[in-house]
Amino acid sequence: MKLPISWLKDFIDLDGITVEDIARKLTLAGLEVDEILYAGLAMPTYGAGEKHEFKTNGIAWDKEKIVVAEIREVKEHPNADKLTLLDLYDGQQEQVVLTGAPNIFHLKGTGKLPKPIKVAYAKEGATIYDGHADGLVLTTLKRAKIRGVDSYSMVCSEKELGITEEHEGIILLDDDAPVGMSLADHIGDAVLDISILPNMARNANVIGIARELAALTGRELKKPKIEFTTSGASVEDSVSIEITNSELNPRFVAGLIRGVEIKPSPYQIQRRLKLAGIRAINNIVDATNYAMIELGEPLHAFDYDVLKERAGEKKIKLITRPAQEGEELVTLDGEKRKLTSMNVLVCDEKSSLSLAGVMGGTESEVTQNTRNVLLEGAAWNFINIRRTAKQHNLPSEASFRFSRGVHPALAETGVKRGLQYMAAWAHGSIAPGLVDAYPLKPKDSVVEVTSKEVKRLLGIELTVEQIAELLSRLEFKCEITNHQLQVTAPAHRMDIDEGVVGLADVLEEVARSYGFDKIPTTTISDALPPQAGNPVHEWEEHLRDLLVAIGMQEVVTYRMTSPEREGRVITHGEYVRIANPIAPERSVLRQSLLAAVLEVAEKNVRAESIAMFEVGSIFEPVKNDLPNEPRKLAIVMTGARSASAWDVKAAPAFDFYDMKGRIELLLAGLRYTDIVYAQSESTYSLHPGKSAEVKINGQAVGVFGELHPLAKEKYEFGDAPVIVAEFDLEKLRTLNPSYGIIPVSEFPPMYEDIAIILDESVTASAVEALIRQTGGKTVTDVRLFDVYRDEKIGAGKKSLAYNLTYQAEKTLTDADAAVIRNKIVKRLENTIGAKLRR
Amino acid sequence: MLDKLNEIEKAALEDLSSITEQSALDAWRVSNVGRSSPLMQVFAGFGKLSKEEKPIVGAAANRVKVALESALEEKTQAVKNAALAKSLSEEKLDITLPGREVNIGRLHPANQQLRRVLAILAEMGFQVYTSREVETDEMNFQMLNFAPHHPAREMQDSFYVESEGREDNPILMRTHTSPGQIRAMREAVATNPQNPPPIRIALPGMCYRYEQITARSEIQFNQVEGLAVGEGITFADLKGTLTDFARRMFGKDARVRFRASYFPFTEPSAEVDVECFVCGGKGCQVCKNSGWLEILGCGMVHPNVLQNGGYDPKRYTGFAFGMGPERQLMLRNKINDIRYFWGNDLRFLEQF
Ligand SMILES: [Zn+2]
Repeated sequence: MKLPISWLKDFIDLDGITVEDIARKLTLAGLEVDEILYAGLAMPTYGAGEKHEFKTNGIAWDKEKIVVAEIREVKEHPNADKLTLLDLYDGQQEQVVLTGAPNIFHLKGTGKLPKPIKVAYAKEGATIYDGHADGLVLTTLKRAKIRGVDSYSMVCSEKELGITEEHEGIILLDDDAPVGMSLADHIGDAVLDISILPNMARNANVIGIARELAALTGRELKKPKIEFTTSGASVEDSVSIEITNSELNPRFVAGLIRGVEIKPSPYQIQRRLKLAGIRAINNIVDATNYAMIELGEPLHAFDYDVLKERAGEKKIKLITRPAQEGEELVTLDGEKRKLTSMNVLVCDEKSSLSLAGVMGGTESEVTQNTRNVLLEGAAWNFINIRRTAKQHNLPSEASFRFSRGVHPALAETGVKRGLQYMAAWAHGSIAPGLVDAYPLKPKDSVVEVTSKEVKRLLGIELTVEQIAELLSRLEFKCEITNHQLQVTAPAHRMDIDEGVVGLADVLEEVARSYGFDKIPTTTISDALPPQAGNPVHEWEEHLRDLLVAIGMQEVVTYRMTSPEREGRVITHGEYVRIANPIAPERSVLRQSLLAAVLEVAEKNVRAESIAMFEVGSIFEPVKNDLPNEPRKLAIVMTGARSASAWDVKAAPAFDFYDMKGRIELLLAGLRYTDIVYAQSESTYSLHPGKSAEVKINGQAVGVFGELHPLAKEKYEFGDAPVIVAEFDLEKLRTLNPSYGIIPVSEFPPMYEDIAIILDESVTASAVEALIRQTGGKTVTDVRLFDVYRDEKIGAGKKSLAYNLTYQAEKTLTDADAAVIRNKIVKRLENTIGAKLRR
Repeated sequence: MLDKLNEIEKAALEDLSSITEQSALDAWRVSNVGRSSPLMQVFAGFGKLSKEEKPIVGAAANRVKVALESALEEKTQAVKNAALAKSLSEEKLDITLPGREVNIGRLHPANQQLRRVLAILAEMGFQVYTSREVETDEMNFQMLNFAPHHPAREMQDSFYVESEGREDNPILMRTHTSPGQIRAMREAVATNPQNPPPIRIALPGMCYRYEQITARSEIQFNQVEGLAVGEGITFADLKGTLTDFARRMFGKDARVRFRASYFPFTEPSAEVDVECFVCGGKGCQVCKNSGWLEILGCGMVHPNVLQNGGYDPKRYTGFAFGMGPERQLMLRNKINDIRYFWGNDLRFLEQF
């Protein structure tokens, strides 16, 4: 909400407190000031190295150069039809001022004005906004000749003084504005733009903020004096009210004012409304808005004569009821609204009049011809108003307040205040009494507060007297009997409960009133909980570290995707679907982590080398229940195996074995030993001959391989193969790892190379298994270092060359090695028909 | 004979003095101290000498041999030094050419920041607690004291998951990690219903809000929440704990302030601002000229939430706080577009 400081000062003495001090106090108490807009008052200046505190905008008015002046005569300009020359007195001397203002143009040539017009006058050298520029551009008034007449000063528009964007005419001040007074002293202001938290709706008004400031400064809240005289017949004689649903409409109050004269409000009022972000319309509408901003109770003004005419000879009867499905109402904005039973209407016996709490109807609205006004102040159900305002897309100052809850007690105060302002600005006479239907009176919450509870929750020592003092400032009623404090919530608050919740509600107010900054900082004295750790989280973090150690970049992707996007690489099943997706391409929760990482790789295709992974959840639907969220690891590699340099040509592209090598390292890092790589079918589109399933302890835990050429075509990858892997982390994590470390021998190992020729059909893993089996524990390492094919070896044959390591708990001799080697060679010959290659 | 030896020595040393290369030195060695050199011939002819000559010539020949050998050694060293000096002066690299790149792995920046946060919290006794990302309305809102149609729900527009017959308790993407607070409390209560143990946990994870994806807002973001529940945990403890945390996170001189705020699941609630570490509090673009950066939301756990978790609010109190690792990184590194995080452009990721 936008709050002019001048308005605030009607209710609290702020002498000696700067605008920034006020903003800081409010901010710390939960009324965050987003911006301070200066409209006349002096702005703070910051030297180099000095602190700024608030986003600040606007303009300060020079006290010497911008003053209140009066126009005594509006004369013709000798050379320009549309301009006039003003005879003006600025309190010190007479001036001739040139203007093109349309709102005094009609006075041109009418001679000396019977009553001078008070205006805002900027003298030569004053800095104001340029009224003709787009946006706000500062300019300094200089002497110039316009159409042959000297011009060095001007009468200002609101835009030129930074009050509004309005530049259609000049400001016409109230008649009592003192000529010669600095304008800043007369109407200089600053506006605080305050964010209102959901639980602070009670403070979305001037009194609310003043009350908070009173609590924060210890100064007195000057409550408004609502007093007026009445005359004529009582309103109860001519109006009655029927509420059909008290849950939706706990209270309805109406008052009557007769004989009003519709005209603009005093300039001071218009200016405050405009600074508060409200359009000034006429004195009656302005009075409803002004009272609302001041007190927080939205009001609605009906043209009483329209209601009377509709009622015919009978007494006016206002009825509040839920709308019928499909019922229609033309609201003030000219829109024909189709209503539902959720909406509440204010009606008379003929038909509906207004959409309760949200917007009035056209027929009974106040017009230029209105003479008598019936003023409504009511309480509505906040949920209902919230939904109605949303349904009809009608956010307004009224629905903003009603949809956050306005206490029914304010209905009466609001109507009285509105009538008071109408009488003051429109010269009407107020009818005695009010009609007041109040079927659902809220109970004022009562809470017991003890020093012990304050200590237990807030950690501060306060006596009940001190607590009572803090709460009284916020208008809580406090009664102390036998060191027991009983607190009653004031009649503007809907947010204070009773019991244990009410206690927390009240203690929050104690803390805010005391000042969060004054509460000490302590360390927890309560016992530490049992230390349990989080093995799953820790294991995944270890996994991430391993992946990073083998050169993988981690990525984090969106959970929301579309079946089409994932369909490029996976045959998908049923999805967890988003009911309100932000876009069609984010309509489901991902079923494949790999598909997500592939998209990232595709986006980065220009990178020389891509090796990336993600650890995260996928989502499997469970009918009408929460989905399963299994954890997965996905890896994508493509591009150069290592970085190129100015003297190193491009490295070969990643292939199947680069991925396999990393998977081997990863699984070794996780301390798995019983690992088998098998051909497999996968739901992923993988190259059938260049993919494998990974089994640990006999259990399938993941797949990896080259992307199927047809799948790859669906992406914008380059020529290099795309190698992918996906693991099921639930399965992987719950396997039994081996933590045994093979001791490092003191005896020297022996190394020996053997090369064998064998049929293509025999796999390398079969050969290695045979070698290890035959060599027993003396063969500690079997490393394939060459695979070779040519005509000499023969078609359908290959040569595998191994580097063997022998190790025993003694120094091995050549003879020892020969024995083992011969055994191995013989076994390979007999079992798989291998021949030693010499 | 002695004259001959002197001549041999003189000639050899003269030859040696002009040598500058290793190959010439090798040749000199063969011709002057090699097996068939004149000097070695003298040793070979030793047997023909008289008994008196032998010791004299022997001593002289040995002296020449030693002299030549040490001269050779000296010269060899000199040649080597000259060659080294030459090569050092010639082998001059262009040290401005770029070094060779190594492809390395890295954690995603958001997870790097998560780790920093969790590490500090771990040292303060907060253990990691993780829970599911798709939740029920009950766990995400109702148990956390968001009544249906509560205005606060508007602060957290949600993604809903299609399901049938669940109008009262729809399924949605969690909007915060707070449902984990309820789950953690209930798990702890289950271990000892009469005297539930104290709780001190950190809840990290991805959360979701229905927002347009722009430079300032995202549909998913990480959150880390902290929860402490026990007997005698106060707002002053909350202030102390978070002040300590802020100092660990943002530097030991970091100034913090607690500003009253509102969250449905805490009361009293506060926002924690840390003095802007970009400008030192003087006012800059990052802190929007306020000198303060909002880094944490926190408060005392609402009695209804304690109750819903199974902790009696008359006996137990607690505090909770929450923060966004991505936001912290954005502030720290002046990142002006939140979309970088899930955009996963390697040119962004590689800077962390
Ligand atoms: Zn800053």
